Formats: sequence, C-alpha cells, structure tokens
Amino acid sequence: MLYREVGQFATSYAADQAIFPIRQDRFGMLVLVLVAYLAVPLVANEYWLSTIFVPFFVFSLAALGLNILTGYAGLLSLGTGGFMAVGAFTAYKLATAFPGINIVLVFVAAGIVTALVGLLFGIPSLRIKGFYLAVATLAAQFFLIWLFVRIAWFQNYSPSGVITAPPRAVFGHFFVTGPEARAAYKYWFTLTFAAVLALAAKNMVRGATGRKWMAIRDMDIAAEIIGIRPLSTKLLAFAVSSFYIGIAGALWAFIYTASVEASAFDIDRSFQILFMIIIGGLGSILGSFLGAAFIVLLPIFLNNLPNQLGLHVGVALVTNLQDMIYGALIVFFLIAEPNGLAALWRAGKEKLRLWPFPH
Amino acid sequence: MLSGDGVLLKVEGVALAFGGVTALSDVSFDIRRGEIRAIIGPNGAGKSSMLNVINGFYRPHSGRITYKGRTVGHMRPHQAAKAGIARTFQNIALFKGMTTLDNIMTGRLLKMRGNFLLDALHVGPAQREEAAHRAVAERIIEFLEIQAVRKVPVGRLPYGLQKRVELGRALAAEPDLLLLDEPMAGMNFEEKEDMSRFILDVNEEFGTTIALIEHDMGVVMDLSSRIVVLDYGRKIADGTPEEVRHDQAVIDAYLGVAHDDERGAWG
Amino acid sequence: MHIFYAILIGPFVTMAKEPAFLVEVLIGGLLTGVMYSLVALGFVLIYKASGVFNYAQGTMVLFAALTFVGMLEAGLPAWLSLIAVIVVMIALACAVERMVLRPLVNQSQIILFMSTLGISYFLVGLGQLLWGGDVHPLDIGIPSGPLTVHGILINQLDLYAAVVAGTLVAALALFFQKTAVGRALRAVADDHQAAMSVGIPLKQIWILIWAIAGLVALAAGIMWGASLGVQFSLAEVALKALPVLILGGFTSIPGAIVGGLIVGAAEKLGEVFWGPVIGSGVEDWFAYLLALIFLLFRPQGLFGERIIERV
Repeated sequence: MLYREVGQFATSYAADQAIFPIRQDRFGMLVLVLVAYLAVPLVANEYWLSTIFVPFFVFSLAALGLNILTGYAGLLSLGTGGFMAVGAFTAYKLATAFPGINIVLVFVAAGIVTALVGLLFGIPSLRIKGFYLAVATLAAQFFLIWLFVRIAWFQNYSPSGVITAPPRAVFGHFFVTGPEARAAYKYWFTLTFAAVLALAAKNMVRGATGRKWMAIRDMDIAAEIIGIRPLSTKLLAFAVSSFYIGIAGALWAFIYTASVEASAFDIDRSFQILFMIIIGGLGSILGSFLGAAFIVLLPIFLNNLPNQLGLHVGVALVTNLQDMIYGALIVFFLIAEPNGLAALWRAGKEKLRLWPFPH
Repeated sequence: MLSGDGVLLKVEGVALAFGGVTALSDVSFDIRRGEIRAIIGPNGAGKSSMLNVINGFYRPHSGRITYKGRTVGHMRPHQAAKAGIARTFQNIALFKGMTTLDNIMTGRLLKMRGNFLLDALHVGPAQREEAAHRAVAERIIEFLEIQAVRKVPVGRLPYGLQKRVELGRALAAEPDLLLLDEPMAGMNFEEKEDMSRFILDVNEEFGTTIALIEHDMGVVMDLSSRIVVLDYGRKIADGTPEEVRHDQAVIDAYLGVAHDDERGAWG
Repeated sequence: MHIFYAILIGPFVTMAKEPAFLVEVLIGGLLTGVMYSLVALGFVLIYKASGVFNYAQGTMVLFAALTFVGMLEAGLPAWLSLIAVIVVMIALACAVERMVLRPLVNQSQIILFMSTLGISYFLVGLGQLLWGGDVHPLDIGIPSGPLTVHGILINQLDLYAAVVAGTLVAALALFFQKTAVGRALRAVADDHQAAMSVGIPLKQIWILIWAIAGLVALAAGIMWGASLGVQFSLAEVALKALPVLILGGFTSIPGAIVGGLIVGAAEKLGEVFWGPVIGSGVEDWFAYLLALIFLLFRPQGLFGERIIERV
C-alpha cells in the first residue's frame, strides 16, 4: 500500500522518460542521497568509511565502466585491470609533474587519457567479434601491466619500486590523499565521483547513445541497416567505458590504497570486475552498484560469520570458499537470472507494488 | 532527384553469386515512386538476395543500380539507410533486449542530432529532442495499434506483434523506399488483413514507395500495382497483377498446375 | 636511431652470431610449445563437440594434477591414483554437462564462456580447499637434468613431456580418424542435428568428449606439474592456450598442435632475444600480441573454418 502508483500519470514524454517516474522512487532516492551525504559519515566509523565504502564507490565506477562496454554494448573485455592501471599511473605522472593542479582535474585528465588508450585497443573491434574480442583485450591487459612494471619512467625511476600517492587536498584544506587524509573526506570525495558519473551514465544509456549501444549488442547487422555506424558506436563504448575505468583506477591508487602498483591491476582484478557486473546485472546501472557491493561485502561476511558462530576458520579457507562461492554464483546467475541482482531488485519492487496483497 | 518518368529505383543487369552458387543473373526492373511493387517467385529464386543488394548488404558483381536518379556505386547499409531506404527481414531482426518503444526509437536515430555528451548531461536540448522523437514514435505505435506493448521487451512478444514492431521501426526512419521481406509470413488470416491494411495505409497516407516480397498470392494481387517474378535468379515476368497472373512462364514456374520435377535442390 | 636498430636489427644479429644458442632456445621453445598444444587440444575437443570455449580447461588441468598429487601424497600407488583421477575427471565432466551446459544450451558464446569462467573459479577454490595451496612437487620418476646433443642443451624433462604429448596427440588423431566412435565424435562436431538424426546419442558423446578432454588435461597437468610443481598458476596456462587456438583455429586439432609450437617458439625467442632490449617479461604478452595480429588479418587462424555471416 505504500508503493502504489495510483494517481501518478506522466503528462509529458519528458516526465515519462525520467529516471524515477514514480514519486515514491524519487522520494526514496532523495532519502538515500541525504543519508549517504549526511548520516553515514556521522554514524560510521573510520574502518567502514575507508575500507568498505571507499572501495565500494571505486569498484562501482569500474563496474559502471565495464557494464557500459560489456553489458550495454555487448563487447566482452578482460582488460579492465589494465585500463585501471593506465588511469592510476597517468594520474601519478600528472600529479607529480604538475603539483599545482587540482586533484579533481588530475583524475579527470587521467580518465581522458585512459579513454584514448581504450579507443586504441578498441579499433580491432570492427573486425573481431564477440568472444575473440575478449582475447584481444587480454593482449591489452598483459601488455599494459608489463609496461607499467618494466618501464621505470612510469614509476618516476623510484629505486624501491614502491610508489606512494602524493598528498593532495580538495578546496585547499581537506586532504583526500596522503597521510593527513581524513576518512570522511575520502568518503565524500569518492561518493561524489560515483554519484555524478552514475548520473551521467544513466543519462547516456537511456538516450540515443544507449540505444545505439544496445542495438549493436543485440544484432549489429540490423543496427547497421538502420543507419548506425558500428565502428564509431563501438569505439565510443570503449572510450566512455575506459574513461570510467581509468578514473576508478586513479581513485583506487590515490585514495584507497595510497600506493600505485601495477600488481593491483592484474588479470584477477579484471575478472573481479567482470564478476561484479554479471552478479549485479549486465546492462544495468543499479546492477553495477549492487554487484560492487556484493563483491566488497562477501569477504567480510565470510570472515566474520564463522567468528559470530564461534568457529575458527583460517584465511586460506575463506579465500577458497570465496572463490567457490563466486564461481557457483556466476553460474547460478547466468542460468537462473542473467540480469543479476538488479532483476531480483525489480522483481522485489513489483511485489512491493502489490503488497500487502498477494497478487 | 527523380528521373522524369517517376522512377525511384532502377535495377539493371544485376548479377550476384556466392562462391559457385548463382543467386541472381541479369535482373532488370524498376520501381516507380509511390507504387507497391511485389517481388514473387519460388523459394530460392533470389528475392531476398535482391532486397539485400538494394539496401547494400550484398554487392553485385555486375549490373547497375540507380536510386533517385543517381547511380549508386556500392552503398553500405548505413548509407542506404541515410538515403531513405528502410527494410524489414524475413526472420525478424529486432533488438530482442530492448522494448517496443526503444526499438522504434532506434529507427529515429538517423534523424537525431545529439551526441553522447549532450545525452550525458540530459539538459534542455537533449531532453526536448528526445521528447520530439518520442512523439513521432508514439504516432507510429498508435498507427500500428501496439500501444499496449510499448514497454514490453520485444523478445517476449508473439511473432505477429514482432513483425508489426519491425514495420514500426522501419517507418520511424520516414523512408522513401520501404523494403518488406515476407511481412505476412507465419500470420493467420486476421493478422494478414491487419498487416495489409497497414501497408496500404503507409503507401496511401505517407506516399512511401514499397517493394514487397510475399508468397500469399491473394495479398500480392490485391496490394500491388506491379509485380516482378523471379525464378532461379532470373526475371521471368514483369507487369500488372492481371498480366502476371496469366503469364504462361509464371504459371509454369510458380503459380501453375502441373510442372515436372525439375525443381531439384532449389525447390 | 639507436632504438630502431636495437629492436628491429639487433636481435637478429645476435641470433646469427650464435646459431647453436639459437637452436637451443628454439628447441626449448618448441618443447614448451608442445605442452601448450596439449592444453589447447583439450579446448579444441570441447569446442568442436559443444561449441563452448571451456575456459575451465586450464583449471581442470590444475584440478587433475592436484588430485593426482594429493592421492600420491596420501600414499596411494601411482597406478591407482591415475585411475582414481580418471574417474574423478569423468564425474566432473558429467556434472558440468548436467548442471551448467544443459541449462545454458541456447545462450550466446559470451554467456557460455562466462559460465566456464565461473566453473573455473569454483574448481580452483575446491581444489585448494581439498589439497591446500602450497606448491606440490611431483616426482614421476623422470630424470630432469639437461642433456647435451651435438653441443645443444636440452632439458630432459621437457623432452619426455614432448614425447608423451606427441604420442597422445597421435593416438587421439588415430582414434578420431579410424574408429567408429571417433567418427561419431566428428559427426557431432560437424552438425548436432544431423548427428542426432542418424541416431548418434548426443549426450553420451558430449560426456565422452569432456572425459577425453579431462584426460588430456590430466596428461598436461602431470607434465606441467612435473616440471613446475603443481601450483595455482597452472590455471593461467589456460589463458595462454587462447593465443594458440587463435593461431591454429578453434576447431582444428592439427591447428592446436601447430599453433602451440609457434606460440612456444615465438615466445621463447621473443623473451631471450628481445627481452634484454625492451625489458624482460616479454613472454607475458607476446603470445597475445601475435594472436591479436592474427585476429586482424586471418581471424579463423591457420587451419580454422571461415565464418560467414548471413542475414
């Protein structure tokens, strides 16, 4: 009875096309935003802010990027880790070469550079389709990681090979990276990036751009016949996707781990992000967030549950169980609900519309 | 843009082969603006191949195609789309993951001016343009009487409705030449009546020129102004329904009563 | 400029100056290549039969090896362990067919590939759960020292592995070509519908194919394990098989062999002669670069079938 749309009619196409056409959804979103900005930082402790929310937002960005490429445009990519590395190292070089530039601009620039790299690696996508494209992205993944490990210029010739992200502040005073960074500032910073870019992504996918991507995904021959140019549409998907992934990589290195290492962006990272979008829901903005949340929370859950139950399990066991659960869930979602958690969410809302009636 | 005699598309001596298999040989005919031109013939006669050549999907190895008075070399499909040619497919080429409305909106893509950045910001111009195109799509949805399923993913629709949505997507591009590949295939009598009505309305109200492949002779005779008959990749007749109906070659090859077992693998 | 010389000319000069060394590297690369071929073979078998690229093939290699080693360490005699592993692999094949492939029977290639990704992670977790994550040395009685032939250094273990792999490949080739069951397998690979309509039991054939692929995985696992020790990174060998398949074509057994040899040799040569110039670790990505180039110019590989898209 709470979630009825009675009396709510869209009286213009613009209203019908809104992201949240139902008033209850708009209200819910507003509450969520207020809670996220005001309530959470007050209530949550540093551990939650820095080690759960921050990676959640960063992963959500990466998942959004990959979802645009794989979920909406149908181009399977296993190179996400490599592109995150591009973003991270570009941000590092820019931040160290131009210390005066605002950190937000540095990240955006890193995103743009990653977009250009993504464009380059996307060029084969006209001739190579589907699953073979995934192999080409593997080439990108392994090559890029090798590049950042081997070419010392990227690490500013650091003798130890360990690079830390330089301290930077927003609005002069609020440090988001480096030793003086406060957890709350990191939280707000990554939250804002995630929120703004998610809104942009949602706008893109519900407009003409998204339709072009989905047309290419569903039947690229038919898409060409109604006038869509396959190469430019695919390249755009690579570029936009890489932009998001690059920023995610830069945020990961600067804000979350405070160090820039290529090993954080290896093939396992690529698989991890892919799992997020499969579990969360391919072709869904919400799904990117849900998948990221799941992957971030699962290890914590697995670590803590046995303790709550009074059992003692080793770290190795947790990792192995994690892998098994990932694998089983991937298969489960692909079989039962290929649209992932997002589809379950929508189904839940449908039930809510009827509540408290059964049908 | 048109030649003086009102011809929209002219096909001259077109030949097409796949490896050793000849799909079309020396086919010539024209399509006049505003008419409904049927292309008929037995299975494997080359009808779909002909449409594929017209909209640029296949490249003929000889022959010439003249569209709107200009010789078109090899048009790629998206160029054909830009030039005002739209089509539907025998096996339905809809975007199964998208809704009816979205599928029809994809037909509007060539008329949309925006780019991804404007989309991302979704401010004034992008929003207004989206709404304007939505209005056109809605008119088509109303015309085809598919309002009830506008938000349903097309993969879930019954076959007959999918065919209608595909027609809607082709219409959304406001084409000059509409190529329909067996639009009535698999439909029952009522569905065929509806589809025939839509095709006639499109031709009469919007003046769209239509080239139509169809096997139901009743429909063909009723709808079309002129007919081209293909058999084994060659044209064997060309004229009004009356003329074609009484043409001996056509009767022997396709319509007719008794003919010997020379059909072979193409039958 | 100096760098162009270093990359385009220098390495060839180095090769020419010491031909014996070149041959040594080449042979080493070829021997590794035989191992790649063996793993790729498993992929080809499954792809031919069910149209699925089984990413989990690599993990099956690992799993087979881990199970084998685990049983040996538990005290079982070698021959018993071998049989036990074969049984386990067949059971695994059946389980995968029933629980994963059948429900996904009409989905796109990408979805199928992702499901095998899931299987792979599951098996890795399970394998390590059962047998632990440490490196298990595997001693199967093969001498591992170097051998000198005409002044060229060859690793004995690699040689044995190559011989075993070669024998296996030859046996499989004979099996497919000469026996009735082999003929049935080839029929299924060619056209499922047609095979069914002549009475070939599709499900049993699939299980047979997956079982054979499992055996191939076992052989590969034992060989790799003997030289590297059985460990987690064995699963990454699967990723290496991808460039092999692209070079050789996904559906061709001779292609898997030739592809494996080419990749193995090219990788080794790249690492040894270009590594000093542009940085070591070239072999991490060289195979993929090769695959990428092939994809651009000859997507069906050396021996594969051309894919024509029809509307």
